[in-house]
Amino acid sequence: MSAEAPRPATPMARQILEHRSLLSRARALPGEARFVLAVLTLGALVTGAGIGFLVVTGQLDGRWYDIRDLGNATAHFRDWTQRQGIDSSVPYLVTGLLGGIGILSLVGGWLVIGVWAERRLIAKFQIRQGPNRVGPFGLLQPLADAVKLLQKEVLIPIGADKLLFFLPPILIFIPAMLGWGPVPWAPKMSYADLNVGVVYTIAISSLGVLAVFLAGWSSNNHYALLGAMRTVAMMVSYEIPISISLLAVVLFTGSLQLSDIVAWQAQHYIWMIVLLPFGAFTFLFASTAEINRTPNDIGEAESEIVAGFHTEYSGMKAGLFLAVELGNALLVGAMMSTFFLGGYSLFGLEEWVPGYLIMGAKTFLVYFGFVWLRATLPRFRLDQLMAFAWKFLIPLSIIQLLFVAVESMLIVQSGLPGIVTIGGSVIINAGLTVIGVRAWANAIGYSPKEMASPPIMTNGVGGLRAAEQIRAAS
Amino acid sequence: MTTVNEPYVLNIGPQHPSTHGVFRLRVVMDGEVIRDLDMIVGYLHRSMEKLAEERTYTQNIPFTDRADYLAAMSNNLGVCLAVERLAGVEVPERASYLRVIFAELQRIASHAMANGTLVSDAGAWQTPLLYMFREREKILDLFEMTCGARLTTNYMRIGGVAFDPPPEFWSALQELLDEMPTRIDEYASLVVDSEIFLARTRNVGVISAADAINGSLVGPALRGSGVPWDLRKAEPYCVYDRMNFEVPVGRHGDVYDRFMVRLEETRQSVEIIKQAVAQIPDGPHKTDIPLALRPPPGEVYGRVEGPRGELGFYVVSDGTPAPYRFHIRAPSLINLSLLREMAVGVSLPDAVVALGSLDIVVGDIDR
Repeated sequence: MSAEAPRPATPMARQILEHRSLLSRARALPGEARFVLAVLTLGALVTGAGIGFLVVTGQLDGRWYDIRDLGNATAHFRDWTQRQGIDSSVPYLVTGLLGGIGILSLVGGWLVIGVWAERRLIAKFQIRQGPNRVGPFGLLQPLADAVKLLQKEVLIPIGADKLLFFLPPILIFIPAMLGWGPVPWAPKMSYADLNVGVVYTIAISSLGVLAVFLAGWSSNNHYALLGAMRTVAMMVSYEIPISISLLAVVLFTGSLQLSDIVAWQAQHYIWMIVLLPFGAFTFLFASTAEINRTPNDIGEAESEIVAGFHTEYSGMKAGLFLAVELGNALLVGAMMSTFFLGGYSLFGLEEWVPGYLIMGAKTFLVYFGFVWLRATLPRFRLDQLMAFAWKFLIPLSIIQLLFVAVESMLIVQSGLPGIVTIGGSVIINAGLTVIGVRAWANAIGYSPKEMASPPIMTNGVGGLRAAEQIRAAS
Repeated sequence: MTTVNEPYVLNIGPQHPSTHGVFRLRVVMDGEVIRDLDMIVGYLHRSMEKLAEERTYTQNIPFTDRADYLAAMSNNLGVCLAVERLAGVEVPERASYLRVIFAELQRIASHAMANGTLVSDAGAWQTPLLYMFREREKILDLFEMTCGARLTTNYMRIGGVAFDPPPEFWSALQELLDEMPTRIDEYASLVVDSEIFLARTRNVGVISAADAINGSLVGPALRGSGVPWDLRKAEPYCVYDRMNFEVPVGRHGDVYDRFMVRLEETRQSVEIIKQAVAQIPDGPHKTDIPLALRPPPGEVYGRVEGPRGELGFYVVSDGTPAPYRFHIRAPSLINLSLLREMAVGVSLPDAVVALGSLDIVVGDIDR
């Protein structure tokens, strides 16, 4: 289209052209308002600098209002109640309730941001605009979606088992929320710092599949049943590599407590992803299978089985399934950052920056990775996924576990400096990952790059005989 | 304990994300494996062939837009060539070149759509599709510039083309041709080397060359099986005999080969358009024909190589202004008949990808 002859504006195009950005609206403000805005901005900057000064000089350390550590507030509250002679069950009850509400609202808020971020980011990946109509930058779009879903009628199929059809959207929500319990947000700041945190995490993550299977079974729909069966098969297979890779982490850190795992990484100034690259890959890949995201979203593969196990759900029930799916992605992001990305620690920066901010940033980093994968990769087939788990991830994870067992003993008992033992482990594990993956792929005869062959270019014309000649000549 | 496997019937369509329109598959499944498959068509039947018998030859051209709505230009070209041969109408040289340019632009647009939806069927969340839509959009802009319509173009006429393209068309076309090779490389980089895409499409939906010929497969699906049969080479129409291009053929006859054949054909189409733009002479773009064209009694089968393969028009004239019989040999319908061979015995995802690789258009199937 040449520049001299612009296309006639459709209503949509006109709306887009006339849409004014936030910046241009700010520029159009009258002078007084701009002055007030400038003063407010300056004030915010000065306040921030002041807080930063207090933090850096250490004048806030240990106070209950130290913004870097909300866990302190709880501890101070407990001490205060003990001094007042109040029964010790009261602070536990109060902090438990407050923490529960806190986690619910935090995850709820993140869901809203997550929906917006995913749609916006995928739109950018796909050279589109994405939602930009509702609110600034389309930020209120998730709320509009939720309101729309709430207004919709919830249909129950005629052949469905009514009770079993009613339950799954609620049942699937519970493990998705419980999973956030042991996540350490900062030192001493986690809702339930269980001493068996790893076991708890694995156990809770496999509960959701029950709701999925109920949903698929009760819908009286073949697509839903297929999706449920696929999800169950995948869960059963991918629980094992997840557990083995987490076992390697536990061998290094010597604790099943999530806060201890993070503390170990902070103390040794190393992230587990450097120490255990194959374990981190296994965890991430198996997690995408567990939470039904690309490239392993076969449980709700749109082009094959429409929406999988929640095909028959409508209105807010479908919305709950989608919200849980997204919440699980964020939960996996939090787990990934806890186990492999150093949790709330960032090489000493956690002294100055609140740990929960670092943790949130890392969680969203992993989530961004999921969005990126979703915008990029096609989907595996069910049998390929199963083969990948059983023939590839599980044997290699077990081999890695053997090496890690020896390395962790050396780190603890050899008496050598950490730089030698841990550095040696890093090199050994990296080499093992590269060599092991290649050797194993060769052993099971997997070489897809060789399958990529361009077509033969020809000038000939003909039928079967010409086809055979061309094939013989190439 | 023994388990009893009971096959069940799954209805895929008429409303389903991967049937590409209102088309229904009744599949007998054993777990994830397809045991039997019926294709049920007719949801989009508009009785074009019968309606055509009541209208003049020129009035029939808009119908062909709606038959294969993703390749309207090629359909227009096919019916015009058939009627011109029947009535002995001469076409000016400039019109022939314009026809080649627009038919090849249409081929690029259609192949972009076909390959994009194939990758979407394989599970990529529409990113390659939208990348390919970017250039398709520019091609549709070119169509709009020339004839006012984007999909149902109704551009070709018996004896030429309806309009000469406006002056700004040529600069816009040149811009598109210059950037097209890098864009095609970009699509290729998205999927061609992707291991997941290879795993999903290699050795899936294999059709041997002999089976393809026996099943009357045409177009990229036939060439993907290794048979070098392209009507632009085998039976050159318009000015294809003056163009220098190659025909890509596949090695294995699987889904991946069909994808790659389409991708390479896009490159070749760009080359053809470049040559046509360089060679196009000045002159009239249309010969005048009588308003109610009365071809002499007789029959003709005119065929062109559309994006989906050999598109034939069998037209019988009885000397009146309306055809006595008007039949479209639709490539989508004939190609679809081989889905059964590809899909029975494989799992559902493979069948979906195989269906996507055939590049059916339901308007073309049902007419």
